[in-house]
Amino acid sequence: MTIRPPFRAALALAGSLLISGTALAQDPIRIGAFLSVTGPAAFLGDPEQKTLEMVIEKLNAEGGLLGRKLQLVTYDDAGDAEKARTFGKRLIEQDKVDAIVGGSTTGTTMAVVPLVEQAGIPFISLAGAVVIVEPVKKWVFKTPHTDRMACEKIFIDMKARNMSKVALISGTGGFDKSMRAQCVGVAAKQGIEVVADETYGAADTDMTAQLTKIRGSSAQAVLNAGFGQGPAIVTRNYRQVGLTLPLYQSHGVASKEYIKLSGPAAEGVRLPAAALLVPELLPDSDKQKPVVTAYKRDYEARFKTEVSTFGGHAYDGLMLVAGAIKRAGSTNPAKVRDALEATKGYVGTGGVVNMSPTDHMGLDLSAFLMLEVKNGSWALAR
Amino acid sequence: MRAAVIVSEPLRPGLGRWLATPRRGGLLVLALVIVLLPLLLRNSYFYEIAILVALNAIVCIGLNLLIGYAGQISLGHAGFFALGGYGSAILSAQHGWPSWLAMITSCAAVGLLAFVVGRPTLRLKGHYLAMATLGLGIIISIVLTTEDRLTGGPDGMAVPALSVFGWVLRGERTWYWVVAAALLLAVWLALNLIESPTGRALRALHGSEIAAQTLGVDSARFKLRVFVISAVFAAVAGALTAHYAGFITPAKSTFMHSVELVIMVVFGGMASIFGAVVGALVLTLLPQLLTVLEDYETMVFGAVLIATMIFFPQGIVPTLARWLASLKQGLRR
Amino acid sequence: MNGAWLQFIASGLTVGAIYALVALGFSIIYNASGAINFAQGEFVMIGGMSAVTFVGAGLPLWAAVPLAVLAAGGVGLLLEKLAIEPARRADTVTLIIITIGASLLLRGMAQVLWDKRVHPLPAFSGDKPLQLLGATVLPQSLWVLAGAALAVAGLSWFFGRTLFGKAMRATAFNPLAARLMGINTRQVLLASFGLAAMLGALAGVLVAPITFTSYDTGVMLGLKGFAAAMLGGLGSFPGAVLGGLLLGLVEGLGAGFVSSAYKDAIAFVIILAVLFFMPGGLLGARRSDRV
Repeated sequence: MTIRPPFRAALALAGSLLISGTALAQDPIRIGAFLSVTGPAAFLGDPEQKTLEMVIEKLNAEGGLLGRKLQLVTYDDAGDAEKARTFGKRLIEQDKVDAIVGGSTTGTTMAVVPLVEQAGIPFISLAGAVVIVEPVKKWVFKTPHTDRMACEKIFIDMKARNMSKVALISGTGGFDKSMRAQCVGVAAKQGIEVVADETYGAADTDMTAQLTKIRGSSAQAVLNAGFGQGPAIVTRNYRQVGLTLPLYQSHGVASKEYIKLSGPAAEGVRLPAAALLVPELLPDSDKQKPVVTAYKRDYEARFKTEVSTFGGHAYDGLMLVAGAIKRAGSTNPAKVRDALEATKGYVGTGGVVNMSPTDHMGLDLSAFLMLEVKNGSWALAR
Repeated sequence: MRAAVIVSEPLRPGLGRWLATPRRGGLLVLALVIVLLPLLLRNSYFYEIAILVALNAIVCIGLNLLIGYAGQISLGHAGFFALGGYGSAILSAQHGWPSWLAMITSCAAVGLLAFVVGRPTLRLKGHYLAMATLGLGIIISIVLTTEDRLTGGPDGMAVPALSVFGWVLRGERTWYWVVAAALLLAVWLALNLIESPTGRALRALHGSEIAAQTLGVDSARFKLRVFVISAVFAAVAGALTAHYAGFITPAKSTFMHSVELVIMVVFGGMASIFGAVVGALVLTLLPQLLTVLEDYETMVFGAVLIATMIFFPQGIVPTLARWLASLKQGLRR
Repeated sequence: MNGAWLQFIASGLTVGAIYALVALGFSIIYNASGAINFAQGEFVMIGGMSAVTFVGAGLPLWAAVPLAVLAAGGVGLLLEKLAIEPARRADTVTLIIITIGASLLLRGMAQVLWDKRVHPLPAFSGDKPLQLLGATVLPQSLWVLAGAALAVAGLSWFFGRTLFGKAMRATAFNPLAARLMGINTRQVLLASFGLAAMLGALAGVLVAPITFTSYDTGVMLGLKGFAAAMLGGLGSFPGAVLGGLLLGLVEGLGAGFVSSAYKDAIAFVIILAVLFFMPGGLLGARRSDRV
């Protein structure tokens, strides 16, 4: 009789168990991460992964935490929420991590939220949507500013420039759709009217059609809620079709990459961003200046590439967890969670963080600066 | 496409004969493995992988009927998978239907869609059929991503747990048995289909559609039948996945997922039900094993795929079966 | 409205020319082997990324571009030698899976050799948009159209006038007869891959200044190129060009006048409609099976 396939299957599974079961002599503190290092959100996940590796190395070089070394276990979910869920389970059940810093996108984050809530492991998300911390979930925190905050910041700036009619253009990705929904939601409250609402596909390479339609509307400014290469193409097409209205981008493109890709078309574009992008422009008295200057210097020296705010969010996430572990004096999940929730005055790349039982993000609008592109570089908008 | 080699074994007397038919023997062994496997599954993560393997296997069995036995191709089956899941999710989450009813309705609806869409589509042949199914899958994917009021958009939507007559299914261990039972049922149904007149008609079609037609086989009807059956298999797996995971996203409807499914089928072995199971097993496990390679994962995966198809051109199971048969032949002499 | 029409048409034709080049690559390999090469999109990516690397290393654009195209051609030849030839006696489906594996391999290597970031390429003759009858057109768009036209003209000359080109056409028509006539069909297959790779890479370098390039730009473009090839009729060169341009136009007009979110869906619905009524594509041969 031929060997039945299912036996082979059992052997394969047994083999895999042997590979993954390794006992460690000295017990390190395990930090788990699931990030979108490849796929449509690689823009986010790649700097996040690099940052986590860099910071863990630095902490270990300084002696680790509580006398123990730190170990990083990361997986690439490629932006797929279901893969993220599987890796979330793997981190919790198989790798037995003490805390999780991850979830580059809202979709991947929300997939893991039920798991950490059930298992009771502190989880700091690196994604933007407000739904992650609203309503507050016991074990879930986040470091990036919410998309709603970005909309509010932009609309405030618009009103200050006496504009009240905005045209929206966004992509079909999760971040884009979420931010677009938030902007539509807060527009009325801020006295802004949405007069056009165009979308483009995530992999699209030409948005002149949508921008031509916007050119024909009564908009006084245009808001592009997106991230990745889409906004850069929008920016180029913007100048190409001859639009001269003020263009606002989201914090999703807060990086030099965006300026490089958009070229001269980016002049005059405004967006809300963290202080991490402009350390040189901060006054010496600014609390964030030493932190962001040091992180930017270390990251750029190590990886030979421009720093990004997303890497900064990962930095903050890890440092928050490290701080909580130190304050709690142990890796007991409940104690670490309580210490996290009690974080006050943590100065990070994203702003000054003050958490509370009702606020698991800890940032307010002052953590956002309105920046403008001047001469191919960031400047504070006036 | 050339006919797949279907290896048949001489029957041996007694118990050997009873066990030697694929239907009983194979099913028994599969059932045995399913019952014994939990001894090896240490924690929820392992159960999760086993569940995912079984769910993929269900889709692959249906797809194998279409590709391996009927000789057609579909590059859009992820669309049926996702529709099954989303249909059940929308009915149970937004309209308050009991989840078992939502599931059944959703899968029936997908079957109906496959029937309506299949008739014109299956008139195409070869690469054009591939293109048509590809287009269908992409259209479904775009609709699911764009209609966010209904489907939750790119971030997907939450799905309530599956409850059958009041009993709520929760936890990996419960789901393992549910999905395992579904897998055994799927294998049994597929094996029955192959032994039935429909199955014989399909194999005739695969050999030569024109010859079969001259013998009076209504090729359009049988192709459509198997297309619908494979779509329903995919929809069932999709609905089960949605209720198990508690959410569903459009990522499950993409072209890449359709391609993954086809790879599993071809890899495991065409015209081989257990080949479909093996294909699902290996290709679900492989990415989990390759995570250690981090950046090199995609590269190695691609290389493994190429190497396997070069050395096992008929897929793993049929090629191994043939090697074993010729080995035995050699030993007998 | 006039200006808007032209704007949509202009952008549609630009992206359509790219699809046409990719579709030509699909048709060439199909003609030589009967299989679909799912790695075709990756050649586009390799062309663009190589050009970026060469420019970054200091080469002027007029040197980097041809070099990138040749480099991709080399990769195509290697691919055929290492992955396709060992499996030449396999099923069509098996060959397709091998090309899928090849595309994953190439993408994975790109991820490691280069990086995951998005890279721009300098435009060939500047960024200042041109005003053409109410539409604004980037000069690079004209380069794309010109490049595609030149490639098509070059292919026609190659297949129509050179001996090897005619040998390739003969192989596509009837491989057995070609072999009997002394044509080395193995070499033809090898050359096909090299040629298809160069066409894809040409598309990649032409369009990178407009759309940027990264390690995964190949996926979508490969898919659309395949759709364009099918629309025009697989294996037909004028079909590939027509299919590409038509697909681009439908996308541009669909985005402009119907819905930008659904433009891809519209395009595919139209392709399906065409296939249902003309099962061989627009210019494909009417199917006749030998019994």
